[in-house]
Amino acid sequence: MTDTAATPDAEVEPEVVPGVPVTIDGREIIADEGELIIDAAERHGIYIPRFCYHPRMTPVGMCRMCICEVDTGRGPALQPTCMLECTPGMVVETASPVTTKAQEGVLELLLINHPLDCRVCAKGGESPPLDQTVANGPGESRFVEEKRHKAKPIPISDIVLLDRERCILCDRCTRFAKEVAGDPLIHFINRGNDTEVNTFPDDPFASYFSGNTVQICPVGALTSATYRFRARPWDLEAVESTCQTCAVGCRMAIESSRNEVLRYQGVDIDPVNWGWLCDKGRFNFEALGSEHRLREPLIKQGDAHRQARWAEALGEAAAALQAALDAGGPERIGVIGGARLTNEAAYAWAKLAKGVLGTDNVDCRLGDSLPAEAVLGLPQATIDDACRPGGTVLYLGPDPKEALPVLYLRLRHALVHDGIGLVEVTPVRTSLSDHAAVVLQHRPGEVHTAVRALLHGIPQGQDAGGVDPDALDAARARVAAAAEAGTLTVVVGTQSVAESPQWVTDAAAALAEAYPQVRFLPLVRRGNERGALEMGLAPGLLPGRTTLADGAAWYRTTWPTVPGAAGLDTAGILTAAAAGQIDTLVLLGADPLTDFPDRDLATRGLDGARRIIALDIFLNPSVLQADVVLPVAAFGEVEGSTTNLEGRISLLNQKVTPPGTARSDWEIAAELARRLGSDLQVASTDDLWNEAVAMAPSLDGITLELLLSPDASDGVVAPLPAEATPVPDEPADDAADAPVAATEPDEDADADSDEDAEADGDSEPTGPSTPPMVAFSAAQPLDPPALDAYALRLVATRKLYDLGTLTQASPSLAGLTPGTVLRVNPYDFDRLGVVEGQTLRVKSPRGGVEVEIVTDATVLRGTAAVHTNQPDVAVNRLIDATQPVTDIRIETGGAA
Amino acid sequence: MTITDAPKIITRRFDTPDSHTITRYEETGGYQALRTALGSMSPAQVAAQVKDASLLGRGGAGFPAGVKWGFCPPGVWPRYLVVNGDESEPGTYKDRLLMERDPHQLIEGVLLASYAIGAAQAFIYIRGEMALAQERVAKALNEAYAKGYIGKNILGSDYSIDVVMAWGAGAYIVGEETALIESLEGNRGMPRLKPPFFPAAKGLYMQPTVVNNVETLSNIPWIVSNGGETFAELGAEGSKGTRIFAVSGHVKNPGVFEVEYGVTTFRDIIYAPVYGGGIRSDRALKCFIPGGASAPWFYEEHLDLPLEKATVDKAGSMLGSGAIVVMDDTTDAVAACLSVVKFFSHESCGKCTPCREGTNWLEKILRRILDGYGRPSDLDLLMDVADNISPGIAWPPKQTTICPLGPSAVSPLASALGRFRPEFEAHIARAARAEAASAPAQAVGLPGGVA
Repeated sequence: MTDTAATPDAEVEPEVVPGVPVTIDGREIIADEGELIIDAAERHGIYIPRFCYHPRMTPVGMCRMCICEVDTGRGPALQPTCMLECTPGMVVETASPVTTKAQEGVLELLLINHPLDCRVCAKGGESPPLDQTVANGPGESRFVEEKRHKAKPIPISDIVLLDRERCILCDRCTRFAKEVAGDPLIHFINRGNDTEVNTFPDDPFASYFSGNTVQICPVGALTSATYRFRARPWDLEAVESTCQTCAVGCRMAIESSRNEVLRYQGVDIDPVNWGWLCDKGRFNFEALGSEHRLREPLIKQGDAHRQARWAEALGEAAAALQAALDAGGPERIGVIGGARLTNEAAYAWAKLAKGVLGTDNVDCRLGDSLPAEAVLGLPQATIDDACRPGGTVLYLGPDPKEALPVLYLRLRHALVHDGIGLVEVTPVRTSLSDHAAVVLQHRPGEVHTAVRALLHGIPQGQDAGGVDPDALDAARARVAAAAEAGTLTVVVGTQSVAESPQWVTDAAAALAEAYPQVRFLPLVRRGNERGALEMGLAPGLLPGRTTLADGAAWYRTTWPTVPGAAGLDTAGILTAAAAGQIDTLVLLGADPLTDFPDRDLATRGLDGARRIIALDIFLNPSVLQADVVLPVAAFGEVEGSTTNLEGRISLLNQKVTPPGTARSDWEIAAELARRLGSDLQVASTDDLWNEAVAMAPSLDGITLELLLSPDASDGVVAPLPAEATPVPDEPADDAADAPVAATEPDEDADADSDEDAEADGDSEPTGPSTPPMVAFSAAQPLDPPALDAYALRLVATRKLYDLGTLTQASPSLAGLTPGTVLRVNPYDFDRLGVVEGQTLRVKSPRGGVEVEIVTDATVLRGTAAVHTNQPDVAVNRLIDATQPVTDIRIETGGAA
Repeated sequence: MTITDAPKIITRRFDTPDSHTITRYEETGGYQALRTALGSMSPAQVAAQVKDASLLGRGGAGFPAGVKWGFCPPGVWPRYLVVNGDESEPGTYKDRLLMERDPHQLIEGVLLASYAIGAAQAFIYIRGEMALAQERVAKALNEAYAKGYIGKNILGSDYSIDVVMAWGAGAYIVGEETALIESLEGNRGMPRLKPPFFPAAKGLYMQPTVVNNVETLSNIPWIVSNGGETFAELGAEGSKGTRIFAVSGHVKNPGVFEVEYGVTTFRDIIYAPVYGGGIRSDRALKCFIPGGASAPWFYEEHLDLPLEKATVDKAGSMLGSGAIVVMDDTTDAVAACLSVVKFFSHESCGKCTPCREGTNWLEKILRRILDGYGRPSDLDLLMDVADNISPGIAWPPKQTTICPLGPSAVSPLASALGRFRPEFEAHIARAARAEAASAPAQAVGLPGGVA
């Protein structure tokens, strides 16, 4: 090979060295095209000190610490190396006498007004100015005047405090607020020596991303209420992990002291979070150390719980499961939740529920997510795919700032700084709308109509879900052009908890059909919802993105049993429970009473279940109803892996021990299996992963060795590309009749899989082969019912801070819930005779709530918008999960 | 005395009280150059006239205007013209008068320059404090729009342009062209680093932008009417035409004077009865600032230098903005130095550490010396802090900062300390005597002296 190919070409080919040759401190190095000197030097082991430069923000060159003598051919001159790109032949001196004098001068000038209270400063020990001074400082100040004095600290938000004396005016926090977060709420005010960072009067730095400014502040000027005076950096031990607060999967470090988590810090990985975290993810570590954590198992006695030993509680739980099996079989067991688990625990629970108990009534979702087959079966895009410069995003999903905050940062960067195009299809304006080229605002429950019109035009004489026809024309041209050019990415997720996910699923199906080459980024919201789905915690699925029909034979080779038929999703389980058809309900870190869109159904379901077993870290409203409560280890207390919304698998690490006798979810699964006379045959999370990799088609090749290797430091997106992927046999056919949320007769499922097994058995005598992965298809739903003229169709969306368990258990976050009002178009105000600010009773066929009503011209006529899961107003009382949309009426009184 | 009889070019209408009206302007040949240019000249021909005139920029740096116009990268559109009317250098008040007394001359210059460079829009940025100038320019713009000199298809040609007036919020630094652009964009007036943000390449809204001074542009109509070569016949080899100098300080007759550039000497402009008229009370000259507060000081021996860019540069200072500030022998050099340093400290935008902290530190040390709390080591400290702002304290200055504001505070300090060191030492000796007389506990002698 080498002999034949190499010789003739190699001789004539001139020696081309890609990159830019520059000399730094006498060393010839090759910089990348367009690389800044400061980066090129660092990449080659020469660290140039800096305070204002941050690789994820536009350089401003204002601290002047990184100035070095740079010769571009016109003689050496002091230049900020954070602003100068390497050019061929450039000569840089980072340690010459001139450079050193200038840098030491800058450091002295920065320190003359900087308090030398390093010994009591939260940043002491990780402060670049302190490190610089200790390394090179003169030891004595030449500045004998009074330093600047300002009142301190001043709270600039509920979480962040500002010490203006320590501030060295590097513009990092202010740049972050403006450039990255898009919340320009902190700013330089005054001038020259009086310059300071501050908020505008009465306008706090209420950003979802404020904690990042604390992390990137090079001094102790910005501190968080959660970490101030808690520890010194040298007291802290850190491990890397991946945030499980939402499904973005930000890489982060867990830092603890004396077995107590004290803070999370963002870790910069290219494909996901770029070092940023949202405040919810950053500060909810407080919940881990909460005094309200469950420490010991509890058993219900009368109306209260009593503390129990594990042996007793596990015995009760196993007995409850056995009783259900004995009473009516596996379908009398339901398992709700699992999105908070590690991948390994999810596999263990899938194996326990489906492989030991044999029930398929298993769902990690709470009625507000895309169907599993859409999440797993659509052609997959990554966040990077969606954000690639030159691309266009078609966005049909929840407000990412509220649901998936760091995804919002990535999309915002792509929109604002990289100029990608955005077409948004949404029932209410979101934080992306201002950056969108076109916003197609449609009536709730008609996203599929809007998207079909986007693809095929508006049918003659009809309207397209209320979308503005001119906007539609503009969007059509854009989307068609991008699809043609292969630069279109569709981001799809559920838009409102007040409507069935079927509409947006149908919209995705229409897009997938029209553009077979286009890739999708399906949005899931809860921490490891994607991982739980991958591990089969949904009805009709088995681990590895395979359906019950396709995978039954394969899994029977290892698992004691496999469910005979597809089971129920969460709404189905709750409905069955309400009808007395569920004997034992397991809550895997789920709180349906708070989190399920339909409060009424959740209440009836929990009341109707004969026994409830809850695995949780807190006694939330649903857990309070459980007969057996098993305390579990939380994030940071267990190891394993997690999967983000892209399908990216990354490692979780344990930093602290769980409180009391709390155990990990997978250990409980294994223990229950044993007590039920079976055996999961695993003794560690490693065993679980190894078994999952051996069994799950989508995990093929993603071994522990791979995940632990340096190549996988950014995580690994499943499935591995190309040859590692098993070739599915006729995936379309199999998937088309694969039941996911539907029921299918036992015989059919069995027959299919048996046939497959036999067919495979002919060619491979060793047994069934790996089953194919699920492909996406969706039945076209009926159009939503007509809206009666006196009703408003509801859009219920989530806010970042809500009644979620972790948020409410974190003192710094619990009070940040904004509450809710009902937002209605002014036109409807007049029509219905409502007055701004009135608190009125709002009714749906399901129930009613009292809520303040305000005008909002951005809400479509005939629509009402509200935030769900907020204190005081239980919007989930209005929603009927079995109905496709939620129509409400405002009771204007009069008659009362 | 060499007081030439060169014609007044840009101040020729100043003597009539209605010089700012369009009627007077048109009666005195106004907008004829624009008519000629749009009627019979290509943009390149207009630019060529300005190049032939060797018109040096009148804002301070003295860069040839015609050359500057040629720096816009070809084929990159749109490009903009920005007029720097943020005249803030202490002692400089020529642009204010040009805007107040002859706004149409400026506007015609703006239109001609815009035509020459192909600007899509022009912005006249006027210092925030100059209320009358803003009023007159605004009124003149309205008049010019009404008469069809600005707007769509000017004078029936196919050239269209809008001219917009904007005003500052009161910051000296916005006279720096990149800070002005930031301010014009609605941001804090803070300079951008050059490179990469040379306005000609990445200026207003990151588009090619020419930034010209008010006086520079006010010359354009005359140059286009009379020809660049006629303009170049006036003045000296490296400094053509006429130029306005503002004389202030300890002179009998402070004011602005348009003189033939490069020929008139400092002695002429300070002492001639038609110009400065000599030192007040006929006292002796101590020193003078030849070109704005940031210029190193000149002394008796420099009086016979001509007002010519190259000569003054060579002598170690600059003509800068044309502000000549005269100090007589009653002046305390330390106080004068403090006054100038304090100005720069106050006007530092706060972006670069050496300028923000350094100028303030210099001010504090000087204040301390003047107040009688100086230490012998303070003089070396002053120079070392200055060196950290402007390494080497050379002329032209080097800088550790983005823009030259910080080093500007170093120039007067270096001048004063270089020439009048004994005066500094006298203040410090006074401090030493006070210290010797006081109790040891107060020996540090600093109010709240905390390191």
